[in-house]
Amino acid sequence: MSSVKKLGQQTYAFTNPPVFAGAASVVGPKEGQGPLGNQFDLVLQDSLNGEQTWEKAERKMLKESCQGAVKKAGLTPSDIDIMMAGDLLNQIISANFTARDLGIPFIGLYGACSTMFEGLALGSMLIDGGFADYVLTAASSHYNTAERQYRFPTEMGVQRPLTAQWTVTGAGAAVIGVQGQGPSITHITIGKVIDLGVKDSNDMGSAMAPAAADTIIRHFQDTGRSPSDYDLIVTGDLAAIGRALTEQLVKQAGYDISKNYTDCGILIFDPTQDTHAGGSGCGCSAVVLTGYLLKEIIAGRFKRVLGVGTGALLSPSSTLQGESIPGIGHGVVIDAYNLGG
Amino acid sequence: MTDEKLIPSDRELQEMQYQMMVTSAKPKPPLLRNVLGAFVIGGAICVFGQALLNFFKSSGLAKPEAGAATSAVLVFLAALLTGLGVYDSIAKYAGAGTIVPITGFANSIVAPAMEFRQEGMVFGVGQRIFTLAGPVLAFGFVTAWLIGLITYLFK
Repeated sequence: MSSVKKLGQQTYAFTNPPVFAGAASVVGPKEGQGPLGNQFDLVLQDSLNGEQTWEKAERKMLKESCQGAVKKAGLTPSDIDIMMAGDLLNQIISANFTARDLGIPFIGLYGACSTMFEGLALGSMLIDGGFADYVLTAASSHYNTAERQYRFPTEMGVQRPLTAQWTVTGAGAAVIGVQGQGPSITHITIGKVIDLGVKDSNDMGSAMAPAAADTIIRHFQDTGRSPSDYDLIVTGDLAAIGRALTEQLVKQAGYDISKNYTDCGILIFDPTQDTHAGGSGCGCSAVVLTGYLLKEIIAGRFKRVLGVGTGALLSPSSTLQGESIPGIGHGVVIDAYNLGG
Repeated sequence: MTDEKLIPSDRELQEMQYQMMVTSAKPKPPLLRNVLGAFVIGGAICVFGQALLNFFKSSGLAKPEAGAATSAVLVFLAALLTGLGVYDSIAKYAGAGTIVPITGFANSIVAPAMEFRQEGMVFGVGQRIFTLAGPVLAFGFVTAWLIGLITYLFK
């Protein structure tokens, strides 16, 4: 017997599409100066956020975004059945420590920068499956914590290559629920881990593009939909080079997404902000989704969006040992149809 | 019978095709601007070092002592600029121009020392201070040993 909710090979359609009940975003100062700066709920004055360490600053952002999302949903933490969150730090300490403070039953996730979409996909399944009424999903990243873990100390004088991306300092959280009015999640497409042999850890957009493209193509094949069925197709953090490659790869499969496709890593920074290819990190897609895309959907500017959270599944050790960088992309369809009116 | 090693597998072909796509999608680094930045800023550091050396010699120091004093001043200034958060901003334009002189060595020691202060003095600063300079020291020792051996054998 095959699953009744499964479409094709990797896509799931929900009988009772989960609804976004509330969402909140917190970003660092650089993101606050970007094109979406006035969309976020809170912009930090400095990247230490009043804390002694950057790790604590990241945790505080994540906690604030979670509390904000729960509050905006008109709920209290005790109303949330399950929290699912993750981040980029070793042993996902930002998410674990935040869950300790919030006291909500917790499932830690690691999907690198795809974590927010991984959480939304899993949370939607739990809700549509009747296992939960409200699920809180969240993800965070911080420029300084990511740099020191993956690359160099921040004051080290290095020239960043043009393909490099800038880790977003930010945290985004969303509460999805079994009912209510709001944008809803109608389909998800769970991605495969794809690796076409890119080894340059300064070019993660190129490493992740094949995974993003694979998920987008698979989504169209599974659902029978075409690019024109979406007002917007948006990937998580491929930035300029990864975006161009994804567009080409999807075109090779016969789908033209050039008119309605962009990437959160392109939306969040302006080219004058010297980030090179654009933004990256768990926070990138999390804050662009919670701070910008959901608001645009509620405002009626996008009726249906295919978001693909992208992640580069590397570690500092795997890079040093000469391994290539596997990528993943999880697709989530957000539809405005449950908005009423 | 076919020689399997000569014919790439589908996966290898796919990887090769994708590698070509990536190469053409990547922007070219602004080579001329980078080279000029490295030459001008790296050159300026060296000119400044020479000026210091001349000053110390004219002040009456012997040549080895004047050299040591020059290095000390350059290392101090690079450490200070790293601490003030200025050095990496200069390095963005200078590239190797700020890495190769002794100032780059100072930067590579002070930067991790600052960064890992959060993990405490012993396992933070103490353990991590040579994270970046360590390889330079290790291979510097090996090179010095080899040169010493060559000098001993052929002199």
